[in-house]
Amino acid sequence: MAFTLYTLIQTAILCTNAVAVLHEERFLSKIGWGVEQGVGGFGDDPGVKAQILNLIRSVRTVMRVKVNSQVRMIVTFLLQGVFTGWHIF
Amino acid sequence: MDYTASQSGFRQQPSTRLRNSSADVSDGSQLFEDMSGSGPGAYSRNQPAGPQAAWYAGQSFLSDPMSSLAMTYGSSLASQGKDMVDKNLDRFIPISKLKYYFAVDTVYVGKKLGLLVFPYMHKNWEVSYQQDTPVAPRFDVNAPDLYIPAMGFITYVLVAGLALGTQNRFSPELLGVQASSALVWLIMEVLLVLLSLYLITVNTDLTTIDLLAFSGYKYVGMIVGVVAGLLFGRLAYFLSLLWCCAAIFVFMIRTLRLKLLSEAAAEGKLVRGARNQLRMYLTMSIAAAQPVFMYWLTYHLIR
Repeated sequence: MAFTLYTLIQTAILCTNAVAVLHEERFLSKIGWGVEQGVGGFGDDPGVKAQILNLIRSVRTVMRVKVNSQVRMIVTFLLQGVFTGWHIF
Repeated sequence: MDYTASQSGFRQQPSTRLRNSSADVSDGSQLFEDMSGSGPGAYSRNQPAGPQAAWYAGQSFLSDPMSSLAMTYGSSLASQGKDMVDKNLDRFIPISKLKYYFAVDTVYVGKKLGLLVFPYMHKNWEVSYQQDTPVAPRFDVNAPDLYIPAMGFITYVLVAGLALGTQNRFSPELLGVQASSALVWLIMEVLLVLLSLYLITVNTDLTTIDLLAFSGYKYVGMIVGVVAGLLFGRLAYFLSLLWCCAAIFVFMIRTLRLKLLSEAAAEGKLVRGARNQLRMYLTMSIAAAQPVFMYWLTYHLIR
């Protein structure tokens, strides 16, 4: 399995994009992972689920600061083929 | 024609200047013998002075004010660039912290390598502290270092090239492919461990560089396995890899137990509770991932 650093960067971009695209009310609330349900535990032990929810929310907040970051990331990913000769596809 | 050659030799780089001037000197010596003759005789009297002047000017081009000014300007630019790089690099990679991890000596390296291959007799796994900072690896065999992982990684790439060469599958690009592939797996492993440490909210003083060091210790076992496989065949490869996998497993568990688990659990008493169970699972899975990686990164080298 010949991984390169380039595939690592690609994977990182795609995963961040996927986390940023998770829609709050259409998807996360339906499976019980909404924001209002996760903030309950202020005690000593937040639990794994609360940590994951915090992580998703913070990634989304960071990504939303830039306008249309998703479009930007997809464009970056697709444009790499122009310079490297479409060897990914 | 020789005149213009010496003129152009005066303006060029020192090496070509010297070459041109030596060529002119040899031509000049030939023209010395031709001086009795004809039209070029008038120019040839200036000709011997020409290459000599070019030679002397080549020796002392620094006295030329323009070039000395250019040199001081260039050196000030270089020192400015160096300062900027130092300042910015220290923000991303903490150089002073890295120095701690490379403060090793031969005795430490020998003991640590022995510990990586045979950790069963070692009794005390705690890192000793000195006024709240960990002691340098030179003084404590339990402290993590980056020297062994770095050397192990480089040796692994070289041994992989050697193994591929014995199978007639070698080409210089493959060395780069092996190196980047192993590096990517290392980075992914460290990121996964960091993510899982964050998710389980473990309060630990393990830094990222510590995790990098611990993940890099498996290269020692891999090298031992591959070298044994090269020397003695597939059976030796499997046996030595099995031994090194077990050794790394025990090593990781005993080292991480002190850092990840709470005080009571680390001493061997069974402490109930979901948190401690999660931490135990995390320690086990980190330790179990090492043999998997060791096998994954070496099996294609021994056929």
